[in-house]
Amino acid sequence: MTKLETPTKKTLGTRMKELVRQQIFIPIAALLILVVFNLIVDPSFFAITLGQNNNGDPVLSGYLITILNNASELVILAIGMTLVTSASGGQDISVGATIAIAGSVMLRVLCGDQVRPETMQAPIIVAFLAGCVVAMLFGAFNGTLVAYFKIQPMVATLIMFTAGRSIAAWINNNTLPIVNDPVFAYFGNFIPGIPIPTPVFIAIACMIVIALVLKFTTLGLYTQSVGINSHSSRLNGIDPAFVKFLTYVILGLCVAVAALIKVSRISTINYSVIAKDIEMDAILAVALGGNALSGGKFNMAASILGAYVIQFLTTTLYKFNVASDALPAYKAVVVIILVVMSAPVVREKLSKLWKARKEAK
Amino acid sequence: MQEGAVLEMRGICKYFPGVKALQHVDFTLREGEIHALMGENGAGKSTLIKVLTGVYEKDGGEIYIKGHQKAVTIKSPQDAQNVGISTVYQEITLCPNLTVAENMYIGRTKGSFANWKQMNEGAAELLRALGIPASPTQQLGSCSIAVQQMVAIARAVDMDCKVLILDEPTSSLDEQEVAKLFTLMKDLRMKGVGIIFVTHFLDQVYEVCDRITVLRDGQLEGEYPIAQLPRVQLVSKMLGKELDDMASIRNDGEDKKMDTGTPVLEAKQLSSAAGIKPFDFSIRKGEVNGFTGLLGSGRSECVRAIFGADRKTSGTVSMDGKQVKINKPLDAMKLGIGYLPEDRKRDGIVGDLSVRDNIILALQVMKGFFKPISRAQAEAFADEYIKLLEIKTASSETPIKQLSGGNQQKVILARWLLTNPRYLILDEPTRGIDVGTKVEIQKLVLKLASEGKSVTFISSEIDEMLRTCSRLVVMRDRKVVGELTGEDLNQTKIMSTIAGGGN
Repeated sequence: MTKLETPTKKTLGTRMKELVRQQIFIPIAALLILVVFNLIVDPSFFAITLGQNNNGDPVLSGYLITILNNASELVILAIGMTLVTSASGGQDISVGATIAIAGSVMLRVLCGDQVRPETMQAPIIVAFLAGCVVAMLFGAFNGTLVAYFKIQPMVATLIMFTAGRSIAAWINNNTLPIVNDPVFAYFGNFIPGIPIPTPVFIAIACMIVIALVLKFTTLGLYTQSVGINSHSSRLNGIDPAFVKFLTYVILGLCVAVAALIKVSRISTINYSVIAKDIEMDAILAVALGGNALSGGKFNMAASILGAYVIQFLTTTLYKFNVASDALPAYKAVVVIILVVMSAPVVREKLSKLWKARKEAK
Repeated sequence: MQEGAVLEMRGICKYFPGVKALQHVDFTLREGEIHALMGENGAGKSTLIKVLTGVYEKDGGEIYIKGHQKAVTIKSPQDAQNVGISTVYQEITLCPNLTVAENMYIGRTKGSFANWKQMNEGAAELLRALGIPASPTQQLGSCSIAVQQMVAIARAVDMDCKVLILDEPTSSLDEQEVAKLFTLMKDLRMKGVGIIFVTHFLDQVYEVCDRITVLRDGQLEGEYPIAQLPRVQLVSKMLGKELDDMASIRNDGEDKKMDTGTPVLEAKQLSSAAGIKPFDFSIRKGEVNGFTGLLGSGRSECVRAIFGADRKTSGTVSMDGKQVKINKPLDAMKLGIGYLPEDRKRDGIVGDLSVRDNIILALQVMKGFFKPISRAQAEAFADEYIKLLEIKTASSETPIKQLSGGNQQKVILARWLLTNPRYLILDEPTRGIDVGTKVEIQKLVLKLASEGKSVTFISSEIDEMLRTCSRLVVMRDRKVVGELTGEDLNQTKIMSTIAGGGN
């Protein structure tokens, strides 16, 4: 968290240096680079137009809107992933697969055993809550393996990563149920009369919730403390295993919310494609936020910003007609640069170079 | 080289930045002897061993080995092995998921092919010869720790070692296992192997060793045949205190009017999974008492058992006469007990967190998950204690790991003072910190007691204990072996109690 600068005389140089040392500087710098790049190459990237969709409702469109819209699931997952990373010093790689499960559960509740029912068989809220419960149970499963059986997070979550999509398919007997009700589509698209995509609001709501949770509970202090030193945490009365377990359950809840958006976007599900590779983006968001993947201190705002940066990058690449097959390769290059630049070793070297250059003058 | 010596180290020096770890240390090991290397923590035992095994390169001195004309150069553990020096460390360094025979021959077969049959037969023969109860095809992990230890020794012996170093081999063994290990050691002595035995357990030294070399502050204190060095002498040599000048330093004179009511805390037959023998303990209001004993004697394990830091295996604890349940640290904290742990880095500080968060941590946990201490309040607490204890830190925002050891310790102290405990346990609060801070902490302990709090104070420095405690519980080999009060509180008495064993 940034402390307000005291109004003493500070040279621009020292101020810059302080800014650079801030953790959130990394995603901000990355974002700025992307913005500047787009501005130079094609300023129309930032154009936002108000149009109408097929139903005659007003909708905003433009690349920026796309970024905000499509980043929503990633942002929500990054919140949970940050906590998991902080407390357990590892990542949950099963979030994509559990999104498939949670989404499948929601469709199953909404459609019953019909593939394409005329009306929904249950209220959306019931379907959503069912999805939450199931996703949190799978989170609890991962959390138990990590916290109580002390299995490495990557290995523990590899189980669901592998099995998750099959379980999702099995829940609906391998059919692809479709929800006809337009209300269900609101969560992933637009609510009539509101020109901003709904996922943006859901993401903002999640950010507000996590901000409140971090403010009104000691979750932040506990996860960081456990992640930094679980021995001393235990001797200060914290139950390190339970804190780790809890973070996985919270990530489960995030998965359920992301799943709602995902299935609502297309009103159906594709088990093998839905939220594919999203776990890697979520982990990347945490890393891009300058958070150590080995756990400990975290900066939630930086993680969230990191998620938006990743979506910004993806959308930029799409705009330049990079084939979707080649996308990961391009992304990898950019990511390597970002991660290397943000590595403490490199940053130290850079600041030394900077200093040397200044002294040479 | 001396007649009969297998190893001679002459004038060994080793310097680390700012520390003279070893200064002109001589050490001689004879054929067929078990030689104890003794000294307090930091005396240079491990450094000497590491120089000998090639982990560290020496800065001066020579090492001679029987069968080598000139001084040998040992620059890596591999070199040490080649000249016949083998080490068995405290922690088992073998592979638990391989068989016993595989472990014995790993890294020693010639070429890329292994003759399993021959290997197993060789291993079986050796195990039989040494009387080790293990089969060569058994998985090592399924053997008891003692047997694993012995397999490690067998491996060392089979590599034609002349010098066998056993570094704290008994710390995780029970009595019977120790006895088995000793039998093996005596067997090897008969076979002419020279054994260097590093341990904290005095009883064990007197049970198996022939000779003792004592180090203190990186210097050689002396080498003695076991018969010529009674226990009390050994302890005083390790601590560097002559028995003569051990007249009582205790100067308080005013015998504290002890509160004679019910003890604030009383433990009966308490023992824990950390391997402490059942002990009784009690402390009254306004009392300062302490646990003393050599390192590894179980001082910390006792207080950890009281605080619920290790799993309790027997016994009861009562506070104000009422029996209480302490199963985990939080239980103890809620009853008003604070515990400053021995290992500051591992158990005390939360390195990357700020000084402020480190100070409020315990209080915050006691308040509960849904009642976070506000930023302003935390800031106020932190500032208050930074001022009170004169903690030198750039700000309350600074990560605690950037502070010096003494200041880190003050932060941990602040953490517990903030919880306003009735009973505070300070385990080695003065270790590794400067003299000024040490005195401050001792003063603080006495001040707390005068305010009616009870304090248990543990320190390796007996002077400090004498200055602060009115009662000392003496430990040896994980057992309480005595309790000293009043007149008995002097160095001589403490040392003879620590040494025990009829001297």
